[in-house]
Amino acid sequence: MPKMPLTDKLAILADAAKYDASCASSGTDKRTSKDGKGLGSTQGMGICHAYAPDGRCISLLKILMTNSCIFDCHYCVNRKSSNVRRARFTPEEVVTLTIEFYRRNYIEGLFLSSGIIRSSDYTMEQIVEIARSLREDHGFRGYIHLKTIPDADPRLIEAAGRHADRLSINVELPTETGLAQLAPDKSSGRIEAAMGGICEEITATKDARKRFRSAPRFAPAGQSTQMIVGADGADDRQIIARANSLYTGYNLRRVYYSAFSPIPEAASSLPREKPPLMREHRLYQSDWLMRFYGFAPEEVQQAAGADGMLPLDMDPKLAWALTFRDHFPVDVNRAARETLLRVPGLGVRAVDALIRARRHKTLRLEDVGRLTVSIRKIRPFIVAADWRPVQLADAQDLKMLVTRQRPAQLELFG
Amino acid sequence: MIRHIPSAGLDDPEQWRGIVRSLLSAQVSPDLVTWGHDNTPGLFDTAPAPLAPDDAIRLPRSFVRLAETVLMHRADERFDLLYRIAWRLRTGRLVMADSSDADMKDAHLLAKAVSRDIHKMRAFVRFRCIAGEEEPHYVSWFEPDHRIVRANAAFFVNRFAAMRWSILSPDLCIHWTGEQLMESDGLPQRPNLDEDRFEGLWTRYYSATFNPARLNMRAMIKEMPRRYWANMPETQVIPALIHQQS
Repeated sequence: MPKMPLTDKLAILADAAKYDASCASSGTDKRTSKDGKGLGSTQGMGICHAYAPDGRCISLLKILMTNSCIFDCHYCVNRKSSNVRRARFTPEEVVTLTIEFYRRNYIEGLFLSSGIIRSSDYTMEQIVEIARSLREDHGFRGYIHLKTIPDADPRLIEAAGRHADRLSINVELPTETGLAQLAPDKSSGRIEAAMGGICEEITATKDARKRFRSAPRFAPAGQSTQMIVGADGADDRQIIARANSLYTGYNLRRVYYSAFSPIPEAASSLPREKPPLMREHRLYQSDWLMRFYGFAPEEVQQAAGADGMLPLDMDPKLAWALTFRDHFPVDVNRAARETLLRVPGLGVRAVDALIRARRHKTLRLEDVGRLTVSIRKIRPFIVAADWRPVQLADAQDLKMLVTRQRPAQLELFG
Repeated sequence: MIRHIPSAGLDDPEQWRGIVRSLLSAQVSPDLVTWGHDNTPGLFDTAPAPLAPDDAIRLPRSFVRLAETVLMHRADERFDLLYRIAWRLRTGRLVMADSSDADMKDAHLLAKAVSRDIHKMRAFVRFRCIAGEEEPHYVSWFEPDHRIVRANAAFFVNRFAAMRWSILSPDLCIHWTGEQLMESDGLPQRPNLDEDRFEGLWTRYYSATFNPARLNMRAMIKEMPRRYWANMPETQVIPALIHQQS
């Protein structure tokens, strides 16, 4: 077979990797190459170097090492029974692309994943070798995210964590039945055992590094996972519960949601509709509520309707407020931070600015307006020095009042 | 008696701070100062007594930090706004923590625009590798919204210290020799730079990572406005990608 040109490999192996939602390059150690050796730097905040026409951030070179796979997961474009064209990078090719793209300021680093070839251990070995070569042979100090293969030897996972900033294992589907049905070669037990192992290693390393500065690092940007939304029958309530158990059980940095996109050569067991993007967006918003707004998972679930789904025509925070109208209005001059965080339309930064400002003056509606994007949305839920809303109207009216504009579909991750 | 402060040197935070301290020390109210527009003095302007520098005037550190960012903004009103804030802080009519104040909000908005510009420069600079006589030289042309190039130099040094590079821009050019940072005057227009051999691969990657089933131009343009596109090789294929989808 003639050798495939590098451009063709790149096209195939980037296309095959694009269903992974994460492109984050944030939250790792601070590093530089100011000493004139090596290449690259990282800081707290990641950088999106470009945006694709789908609005998604491009921060990392996100590719598969190969899209050949011995598994046959129905939702996956690379499954054994799919007719897609196959390709495979050599480790040197991945290293060259990463280094040369990085030097031209196209990327923050590499997100490497792979189909499983020969065996889990063999595949993981190859992935680790690429990361090792970047770090040790080329002094690469940019960001590395490695997808971890659950069945791989723990020693290989340990080596992966030494070189990578972030490790991830995808739980793939929100329910065990979904996984059994659509990914017959994967087991949620093995996936969670591997996540547990990584979690322990991260905790142990953090502990060791507190005592010995020279202790080796292990995935300083933590571990994340991804769930496909809309490929099986799980409702939002189940998804929220699963996400919460993953956050608490394995101390994950992020749970990503990927709206199921129709894939070429799709299996007949899958929906063929357009990806449920608004649903994905609402799930991310619910994730935000739990991570930054002090909502318990049960409370977020209360925002869901009788069908177990979050409303699509309003954000879950507003849905919660409309369900619990007796919690409002909230006095911006007196209410505690956690109460203010419940006000639809008030973000974390606005709440903190409001609390700082009210130490020095009594806030009027106009003052609150200067701290927020849209006072119109907030007004029905707050009391200020010169403002008290008329009796909160019934849910339907209020919904009309605050959702007059169509909700903007924002991409929250990046 | 209106006092006019000419623009020369005002963008230098040190000089600006010296002038503000002198004005505060002389208790010059903000309505009696005009900034920056170097026109001839008005009919009723009289030459005020020269200002004496006064190191005893202390400005809150958080204000100085905010001002350093705001000074990079191109808006003419920045000097007026900053002095009004300095005056109100000094006379006890404003505290830094009050972001609900109209002046403070305006200053934060200017600072936010500058910070965003700084971030976008870090994101959207694209180097082209020019084969040098000894080692390759990485060159980029970038047109920022505000005067941020100097403030951003450290970021590129920390990241690319082992490379030789230049970032050329209309206000100022910066050059890293591998050992030290040099500055030169801005260039009036984009210089001709040969295409880089990795641009084809990068554009191929950009095309392949796009998921047509999720087309969302509005979100893309919000984060990557068209004015940046001219210097980003991958953006050339955007029309084709959208066309192909529809």
